[in-house]
Amino acid sequence: MARLFFVGWLFHLKSLTQSLFFVLISVIQPIIFASIAFFMFESGSRAGTLLYVALGAGLMGIWSSTLFGSGGAIQWQRWQGTLEVLIASPAPFLLVLVPLTLATASIGLYSIVMTLVWGRIFFGVPLDFAHPLQLAVALPATVVSLGLLGLVLASTFVLYRNANAFSNLLEYPVWLATGLLVPLTLLPGWVEPIAWVLSPTWGMRAIREAAFGGNAWPEIGLCVALGLVYLALGAVALRNFERLARSRATLSLT
Amino acid sequence: MSTSLRIFFVGGGISYRALFNWISPGMYVTTMLGSPLFQILFFTYLGRYAGSQDDAFFIVGNAIQVAAMAGIYGMTMGIANERQYGTLQPLLATPANRLAIFSGRALPFIVNGLFVSTFGFAVSWLLLDFRPAEGSVPPLAFAVLVTTCSCVAFGMLIGSIGLRARDVFFAANLVYFLMLLVCGVNVANEDLPGWLGAIGRCLPLTHGIEAAREIAAGTPLGDVSGLLATEALIGIVYGTAAYVLFRVFEAEGRRRASLETY
Repeated sequence: MARLFFVGWLFHLKSLTQSLFFVLISVIQPIIFASIAFFMFESGSRAGTLLYVALGAGLMGIWSSTLFGSGGAIQWQRWQGTLEVLIASPAPFLLVLVPLTLATASIGLYSIVMTLVWGRIFFGVPLDFAHPLQLAVALPATVVSLGLLGLVLASTFVLYRNANAFSNLLEYPVWLATGLLVPLTLLPGWVEPIAWVLSPTWGMRAIREAAFGGNAWPEIGLCVALGLVYLALGAVALRNFERLARSRATLSLT
Repeated sequence: MSTSLRIFFVGGGISYRALFNWISPGMYVTTMLGSPLFQILFFTYLGRYAGSQDDAFFIVGNAIQVAAMAGIYGMTMGIANERQYGTLQPLLATPANRLAIFSGRALPFIVNGLFVSTFGFAVSWLLLDFRPAEGSVPPLAFAVLVTTCSCVAFGMLIGSIGLRARDVFFAANLVYFLMLLVCGVNVANEDLPGWLGAIGRCLPLTHGIEAAREIAAGTPLGDVSGLLATEALIGIVYGTAAYVLFRVFEAEGRRRASLETY
């Protein structure tokens, strides 16, 4: 089981790295958004928060790669003609899909690295992290919880024919609602409960607590807990999808 | 002349409708209206937090930039998809006027871009309390029209490159995101490093957005006519370059028998 998981994750990570589209959304797009935010903060009154911007823009990239990669994961397998083979294999489909959704979140790590390196070289962003150990735990915890959120996206978006439409729609709102660059206090009050159930909120808070000197452990714990909830939801939705697809013979129908 | 006009209007209309072979109405609404709405909200709130400019700066910039989505992506697909879907050879086998075929495709995307931009301004009025100066709406609409036309011309250029390049949508995506940075959409041109600002001044959007901001603040149309003329000129240059490339690639494709090869 561990081998299946690791090999699947590595395969999809390599496969996504070969895709120009994923290079665009996990490397180039975060750099462009980070640069916009750097210039905005420099010309505004918050020049001292460039590390805040670099981390936020990096996490934006993780969300984008998860959203576009996981949201269309099952549909993509369908188009490639590999969905039937994967479903027919003896391994549970959940164990086949989770490495893929985790890989889409993992590729987003390029975003964090790129925005930090870009910020350091071109904007002089200080890379002084108050608690490196907490950061080293917060980053993978965030990636895993986003990957499991990706599982929920994959198993629910598949019910709709145009999953890409949802992906296009959900990029900016989640950036906004999870406080990646704009604090939630600036947004209407009703946004906050939405933010609580989205793991990027806690992942971002954990990373910032670790970077700027706070206690990141509660946020890391919430990230992990939310990840387990997503896993349970994703497993139920996936079982439902598989049952419906088998009984209605719609597995390969787009 | 009447045949060319028919090709211009009917051919352009059919080409636009063909996109809905795979774009469902739901996808159109979420992509062309939902995404621009949240883009405007995101950058306006980010601007409030950064404290760099007032709301109107970001609203006008982004409400016009979203027209580039129709202009760049739409126009790229309108031309490059002919090759992808295997319809380029029959199209170019016809004796139809090439200028009519080529330019007719632009009209629906200009209308589409105007619609998306209007929607952006309308939701900003509704949700962000955006109020342009009294009497500024007609000249603002004119500025948006000129800017949308130049974006569509730029999209034509990328589409023409797509008649030859392997992955033109990567270029279209890259250009779209770069425009957010260098065209004064969210960062004033003078706040950018000189070389980056210079790139922005050679692209569509920059002068149009600058003019639109001044119009929305109450400046008469005559006072920004220079900016709009520059925007139009940039569009004409890109449109001409796009048509020349289209003809060159057509000739090259015939000569090498490589019209639809990748």
